[in-house]
Amino acid sequence: MRILAIETSCDETACAVYDPGVGLLAHALFSQIDLHAEYGGVVPELASRDHVRRLLPLVRKVLRESDTPRPDAVAYTAGPGLAGALLVGASTGQALAWGWGVPAVAVHHMEGHLLAPMLESPAPDYPFMALLVSGGHTQLVEVAAPGRYRLLGESLDDAAGEAFDKTAKLLGLGYPGGPAVAQLAQQGRDGVFRFPRPMTDRPGLDFSFSGLKTAVLHAVKSHADDAQTRADIALAFEQAVVETLAIKCRRALEQSGLRRLVVAGGVSANRRLREQLAQLDADLFYPRLEFCTDNAAMIAVAGALRLQAGERAGPQIAVRARWPLAEL
Amino acid sequence: MRLLAIDTATEACSAALLVDGAVSERHEVAPRRHGELILPMVQTLLAEAQLHAADLDGVVLGRGPGAFTGLRIGCGVVQGLAFAADLPVAPVSTLAALAQGGWRETGCERIAAAIDARMGEVYLAHFRVEAGLVVIEGEERVVAPDQVELPTDGWCGCGTGWAAADGAMATRNRDRLITVLPQALPRARDLLPLGEAQLKAGLGVVAEAALPVYVRNEVAWKKAT
Repeated sequence: MRILAIETSCDETACAVYDPGVGLLAHALFSQIDLHAEYGGVVPELASRDHVRRLLPLVRKVLRESDTPRPDAVAYTAGPGLAGALLVGASTGQALAWGWGVPAVAVHHMEGHLLAPMLESPAPDYPFMALLVSGGHTQLVEVAAPGRYRLLGESLDDAAGEAFDKTAKLLGLGYPGGPAVAQLAQQGRDGVFRFPRPMTDRPGLDFSFSGLKTAVLHAVKSHADDAQTRADIALAFEQAVVETLAIKCRRALEQSGLRRLVVAGGVSANRRLREQLAQLDADLFYPRLEFCTDNAAMIAVAGALRLQAGERAGPQIAVRARWPLAEL
Repeated sequence: MRLLAIDTATEACSAALLVDGAVSERHEVAPRRHGELILPMVQTLLAEAQLHAADLDGVVLGRGPGAFTGLRIGCGVVQGLAFAADLPVAPVSTLAALAQGGWRETGCERIAAAIDARMGEVYLAHFRVEAGLVVIEGEERVVAPDQVELPTDGWCGCGTGWAAADGAMATRNRDRLITVLPQALPRARDLLPLGEAQLKAGLGVVAEAALPVYVRNEVAWKKAT
């Protein structure tokens, strides 16, 4: 059983071919980062336009690389994400499936992220705790079994990755901000600045990162604008985010009694976060670096699960820009 | 020839099938419902003709200009179908389809096709008719309706652009217009003869080259720093 997977929810166009019995056979991705960099963030209309240009050439590439003349199913990301961008993958994916005479299945982008570690060896056993931390999401999810998710906490405002992007902008760095801030932080001096660890002083597993951005703004405005100061601020910011995430993870593990932690999403590539989480009393599972960010391999894994459960999409082409994980 | 044609670039969601000279069509004015309607329309047309996608000789795409999201839904459907069934695509201007329909309905051989582009502008192109097919004169453009001046007499104004800004284009060009069809929308049936001619001329393209033509390309603004 070979599944062609398509991901177009934001600013990466991605395709993969996956066989649940064999593993990942091919994957390819086109990142639009350069396209959006000069605007300081993703421009939805430009993203949609680029997906239309990139998608089929990527489909052709992964089918050729995996020697797949016709897949047995097509999985595509149906949400959450940018509606116009999602529609490119949904309409093309459904028409491909119908043209081939094979089933199509709609996949929840975050379920893809949750299941991305299943592509690795060893893969985590169920149940496990998952921290999803990206530019669009910061969530703690308890995964009892395949398809059984319980949202334990999430960001009430900015996602952690978004806070990195905004802080990067305040520090005069480029987009995306995560790697840029982390790199600058390496030159920072410990203890020069200290920012709050939002919402760690009260019970619960929700996050809030918008106040942190304000604290950074204040620090930038009220101190000398030199390279060292910016590095010091970057370090203090990164420490605050990382420690906040780690505190909530520890709390989630303690409350649930779980000993396995899956960490996925773009921010999970952050080295300082990985160091901090390594100190937790839990087995840690990360997708390989290239599958921490958006990709189609994870959509194929989630698609396989949904197909197995008998789910089918179409012929109506529908996407959900907002789609709570709890509604799965 | 057996051709499927799709246009989803305006309020109309339209699909048509040509089988050896006979045309069948599904056409609905359904703003923002293209995703819901288009594949079922296509499936019904083919099922009624007892055809599969692989039985087609090609697909005709109404490639815009028009509303971006609807246009991309149709483009995605055509791309996916043409790729899976290994069919050539004839991308045809949505304004040309509109003009072809204007000629079919009025017989007028000078058609100024215009689609309301919102934001105070219209998509516009001028067409003449040769051997039963519209041929563009000049280029497709996006313009403010009160700046449009028809070059000669004897035109049919066709499409929602002629109703935009309280009919500003029609008022200004009153003396040069024979008739105006301000409610006309492009129909997939009118894509068929244009697409058929393209494919017969060997001008079909592979699926991934069947791309939207937006005409309006000012869609993002860089932040002033």
